[in-house]
Amino acid sequence: MVALKGTDRVKRGMAEMQKGGVIMDVVNAEQAKIAEEAGATAVMALERVPSDIRKAGGVARMADPTIVEQVQNAVSIPVMAKARIGHIVEARVLEAMKVDYIDESEVLTPADDVFHIDKKAYTVPFVCGCRDLGEAARRIGEGAAMLRTKGEPGTGNIVEAVRHIRLVNSQVRKVVAMSSDELMVFAKELGAPYEILLQIKEAGRLPVVNFAAGGVATPADAALMMELGADGVFVGSGIFKSENPSKFARSIVEATTYYQDYERIVELSKGLGAPMKGIDMSHLEPSERMQDRGI
Amino acid sequence: MSVKIGVLALQGAVSEHVHALECSGAQVSLVKDVDDLEGLHGLVLPGGESTMMRRMMDRYGLFEAVRQFSERKPVFGTCAGLILMAKKIEGRKGPHLALLDIDVKRNAFGRQVDSFEAVLSIKGVSENYTGVFIRAPYIKSAAENVDVLATFEEHIVACRQGRFLACAFHPELTDNPALHRYFVQMVNEYS
Repeated sequence: MVALKGTDRVKRGMAEMQKGGVIMDVVNAEQAKIAEEAGATAVMALERVPSDIRKAGGVARMADPTIVEQVQNAVSIPVMAKARIGHIVEARVLEAMKVDYIDESEVLTPADDVFHIDKKAYTVPFVCGCRDLGEAARRIGEGAAMLRTKGEPGTGNIVEAVRHIRLVNSQVRKVVAMSSDELMVFAKELGAPYEILLQIKEAGRLPVVNFAAGGVATPADAALMMELGADGVFVGSGIFKSENPSKFARSIVEATTYYQDYERIVELSKGLGAPMKGIDMSHLEPSERMQDRGI
Repeated sequence: MSVKIGVLALQGAVSEHVHALECSGAQVSLVKDVDDLEGLHGLVLPGGESTMMRRMMDRYGLFEAVRQFSERKPVFGTCAGLILMAKKIEGRKGPHLALLDIDVKRNAFGRQVDSFEAVLSIKGVSENYTGVFIRAPYIKSAAENVDVLATFEEHIVACRQGRFLACAFHPELTDNPALHRYFVQMVNEYS
C-alpha cells in the first residue's frame, strides 16, 4: 500500500474540513489558546495583525519561526502562516516547519511584483487572495488549494470583502451559464486559464473552497459573508483588536455556523463591547491598499 | 420508504456527506439544533475539527441530545467524527460521546504535509477503496467486540461495533459511495 502525499485531493480536502469555520489571526500562544477555546477551526500565526502592520509601515515579512512554533505547540487545531507573495524561500521555510497551510498573502509586502509562487511544487497546501474570478483562476492554475477574498485587510470595514465575494460568485454563475465557445473569450477578458474556467463550468462551482477575509469585525459581518456564499471566514484584526477578544471570538464562531438564525445573532451581538475601530475606504491612499498587491 | 439520515452541520465537510448519502438512496437533512434530530433514523458525524464541534455541541444542548439519539440509532463518524465517538483519546482527559470501545490517537500520521491518500481493503465494503487521510487519527487499539474493517500500515483505520461505524479517512472526499451505502444499509437494518 503506497501513501501518496501532497495530491490535489489531499490539499483541497484539508480546506474542505475547514468549511463553516472561522480561522483567526493570532500573534502568540496565549491568543492561539483563546481562539481554540472559542471554537476556531484553525489559527493563522503572525508577528502582527494586519491593522498593526498598517500602523507600523515598512516591510512586512514572514513571522519569526519562534512565534509559529509556540503557536504550533499551544494548540491541536491546524496552524497556518503567511509568506510574502512570490517569496519561494519563506514558503519553503514554513513548509519545513510543517505549518498546515501557507497563506501567500498581500497583507505582507510582496517579494515579487510579477510572479506568484509555483504552488504545485510544494507538499504543503496554499491559500491565496482574490478579488475576481480572473485572480481566483490564476491562483488555482498556480496550484492554490484554497481561496479567500482579499477584502481590505486591517480596516474592520467589510465593504471590500462584500464586493469581492459578490463579483467572484456572479462570475462563476456567468461561466456556468455560458456556451463553450463564449468561454474562451471570457477567459481572455479575465486573464484566466481556460481549463480552469472549463472545470468551473462543468462542476458548477469553484474547484476549491473559498473563504471570506478582510474587514470582518462583528458576528453580523461573519454571517453576512456566509449569506453571500462564502465557505467560511478568516478574521484578522477583528478579534484581538476588539474590547473583549474571547467573547468576540466565540460570537463570531457561532454566528458563522448559525448564519441564518437571526434571533440567535441578536443574542450573540449583545454586550460585546467595542469592535475594532475601522477605517473608511475613502481615507485610504491608493498606496495603502493591500488588495491591489499581487493580482 | 427510504431512511432519513442527518448530518451534523456545525462545521466541516457537510455537503460532501449529504451528496454521498443521497446517492446511496437516503433522505438527508442537516443537524444544527436539538430539534433537527427528530424523525431521523441515523446520524453522520462528518470530518472537520473535533475540538470545535464539541465546543459547539455543548453550547446549545446538542451534545446530550446526540448522546441520547445514539442509544437507539446508528451513527457513522469520519475522522473528527471518529474522535467524537471513541471511548479513549490519547492526550485528552475524557472522551466525547464515548460510543466505541476504541483508543484513538489524534493527528496520528502527523501534520498536513504528512496527509495522504492510499488504497485500502475494507471488509464487507470494497477491496479497492481510496482512503483520503487528512491530519487523520488512527485507532491504537480496539476491544474484542469491535469489528476491524480496515487497516493501514498495521494501524486500524475503520471499524464497526453494532450500530456504530467509524473511519479515520474521508469517504466523503471520493466518488466511491460504497461506505455510505454500507451505512445506509445499516440504518435500514436498525429502523
